[in-house]
Amino acid sequence: MQRRDFIKKGLGAGIAAGTVLAISPANKLFAGKYPVSDGDYDLVAVKGGEPDTMFDRGIEELGGMRKFIKQGQTVVVKPNIGWDATPERGANTNPILVKRIIEHCFNAGAGKVYVFDNTCNEWTKCYTNSGIEQAVKEAGGTMVSGKSESYYKEVQIPWGKSLQKAKVHELILSSDVFINVPVLKNHGGAGITVTMKNLMGIVWDRRFWHANDLHQCIADFAMYRKPDLNVVDAYRVMKRNGPRGVSVDDVVLMRSQIISTDMVASDVAACKLFGTDPQSVKHIRIAGETGVGNPNLETLKISRISV
Amino acid sequence: MTYKWLKWTRVVIALVFFLLTTFIFIDFHDLLNENKVSQILWFQFTPSLIKFIVLLSLSASGFIVILVLTALFGRIYCSAVCPLGIFQDFIIRIGKLFRLRKRFKYRPPSNILRNIILTLVIVSVFTGSILLVNFLDPYSLYGKMANGLLRPAAIWINNFIAVSLEKLGIFYFFRIDLPPLYLVAILFPVIIIIVLMIMAGKYGRLYCNTICPVGTLLGWISKISLFRIVYDTSKCTKCGKCYFVCKSECINIKDLTIDYSRCVACYNCLTVCEESAIDYKTTWKRNLSSNNEYSRGRRGFISAVLGGIAAFAWSKESFALGRKDVKPLNKKPTTIPEVRHYPVSPPGSLGINHFTSLCTACHLCVSQCPTGVLQPSSDQYGWNGILQPFMDYNNNYCNYECVKCSNICPTGAILSLTEEAKKRVQTGKVVLEIRNCVVYTENTACGSCSEHCPTQAVRMVPYKNGLTIPEIDSTICVGCGACEYACPVRPFKAIYVDGNPIHEIAKEPQTEKLDYVEPEEFPF
Repeated sequence: MQRRDFIKKGLGAGIAAGTVLAISPANKLFAGKYPVSDGDYDLVAVKGGEPDTMFDRGIEELGGMRKFIKQGQTVVVKPNIGWDATPERGANTNPILVKRIIEHCFNAGAGKVYVFDNTCNEWTKCYTNSGIEQAVKEAGGTMVSGKSESYYKEVQIPWGKSLQKAKVHELILSSDVFINVPVLKNHGGAGITVTMKNLMGIVWDRRFWHANDLHQCIADFAMYRKPDLNVVDAYRVMKRNGPRGVSVDDVVLMRSQIISTDMVASDVAACKLFGTDPQSVKHIRIAGETGVGNPNLETLKISRISV
Repeated sequence: MTYKWLKWTRVVIALVFFLLTTFIFIDFHDLLNENKVSQILWFQFTPSLIKFIVLLSLSASGFIVILVLTALFGRIYCSAVCPLGIFQDFIIRIGKLFRLRKRFKYRPPSNILRNIILTLVIVSVFTGSILLVNFLDPYSLYGKMANGLLRPAAIWINNFIAVSLEKLGIFYFFRIDLPPLYLVAILFPVIIIIVLMIMAGKYGRLYCNTICPVGTLLGWISKISLFRIVYDTSKCTKCGKCYFVCKSECINIKDLTIDYSRCVACYNCLTVCEESAIDYKTTWKRNLSSNNEYSRGRRGFISAVLGGIAAFAWSKESFALGRKDVKPLNKKPTTIPEVRHYPVSPPGSLGINHFTSLCTACHLCVSQCPTGVLQPSSDQYGWNGILQPFMDYNNNYCNYECVKCSNICPTGAILSLTEEAKKRVQTGKVVLEIRNCVVYTENTACGSCSEHCPTQAVRMVPYKNGLTIPEIDSTICVGCGACEYACPVRPFKAIYVDGNPIHEIAKEPQTEKLDYVEPEEFPF
């Protein structure tokens, strides 16, 4: 297939999918458009679409959101909202994706959907300027602050090598379902930030991690709480100056998404997408060795979709 | 004609000003935007006067309005606008409930003291030390109280409400962590409150009429005000009711005279007079000067000149001391201590000199700063700049795109900046002590400094074993302190900001477009 053809087809498919979505009645929005999959995949990779249409297709392939959420359950969605930056900068998770995930949650019967992050920049500006606060509101979710130590409860990580305890946001502890929605980015210190690294936003004292072998701490904490679902936003990808970025020039349009229940598999796939050797990222290597997840994509059942 | 409605009008206006001014200091949800904050504080006398001198702009002419109003109606600023004055009225009220003081009586004026204080204040300001305004200006004192004591209390109440409502699934009230506990920022307002409780509780508006420089200045003008309270001696029965309620203690019941320089225009006397013997009249064509007043004026003049000379000598000295006292923060010896030469003053303040000679330490910016990076100083600027806010990178750092403090500063100590301009203002320069860096000492990854840096003035470059280590380019550093705040090592950090005594312009970070072609197939 020629690249030009691919782009044409991709665009066509995207428009078609968008149109179908736009005109479908709400109750049919998330069902029955695609051939029913057995939903038995370990990882679904989607490319070529918009953040929301890619998610529609991807979660369908994985068996639908009902596989992860039961009627009336409380869901916490944790995007990356670390920076006071607009969506174009690719520093935060795409708000359109966050919105669509929440809509899927409610459609699957979720009672409450909470969204928060322990931001790096001033939190109200991050929530507003990332577009995520607005997106969450529109989808009917609840935006919660992560900027007070009192929200965080200490948990023990007895198997941790560098990290034996951490203060975790109470929403993570109290919610039934935890959906981790990182954005794929370059990271000056950790090399790359994806799925496991995103969990630094659910703890309070990150400074300890930085002072005590960052990669080991990330890998230690990954054993504490496995998210029920990970959705990697690789629509706009910050290729350098990460994780904050200096300008839109740091960002490329990759239009991809990785959905998996396995943090290590999704990190490895994201690395490959990014163009980084997964073995060179220490926390991914350690997590693969300690069994947090499976780093060998060859042994996994993967669905690759171009929309 | 009765003017009993005057008091109730005064009370309503005072409550509106007081509540709005107070609310600004505890506005956790940003309900009042920067414009509204500026509008509410527009009438505050001292900040407006200072800003007018700095900008020479009519946009800061609130104090002129007050001067005109005072020339027309007397010291209505003191009763209806000044937050510290209204606060004292609350104390007087409560004092009456607890029978601290049931009745006031006439007290002779302390004109010499008043004039000396005012002269000291004026002369010291013009010679570069604003310390006395910092300590005596009523608005700035109230600000320090609101920020240092009321705000923590409001946070505590807010958190109580937030936690209670969370249980009902309402997350509108978010929890807030208390600001860092700086002894001087708490102790100073506590002392002020105790002093005011004693002074106001027992002697009414004694602070306003002997110490407050604004009160003294407006008092001078009030003496010649066009409209004022006068006795109708034919109706007065000398029952003493007016005299008992005069919290300025300026009614001399014996000869039925009022010291207009001390009358704060509260109109309490008008309300209590059953004979309607107190009238509100224009003084047009009345002979203003009596012998008595003239001699008092002369004494005042002499004392003012003496005070002025003393103030000049003293403040010259203190000015010099203040500059010299800008000393490094670190005191404990360590193998590789941080080397700091200057504290960091907020962006828009042009530099330490401009800032410390104009800031009255009202702590409005401290209360409103979204990140809490602005905190009251102790000795960072030298003792002459005590309590003036500094960029406290131990507590937080300056948000790259935020210009809030520059837009709300009522005195012009921090001048308004556009977002684009602010991104290039260099308040300080980054200093890297690599031998303190965890990558260097422990051979483990970190990158916290570079991660937070908005311009990549600190970036991570390849180091051994696949690690990256920070490298700095101070020409594009804006001095926001994100690196210093984020740096995890203690007691001395590996990266920190040394303040620029005069702010500079940082170079714009250079970026190039990336070439990227979407691949056709997944790389896995």
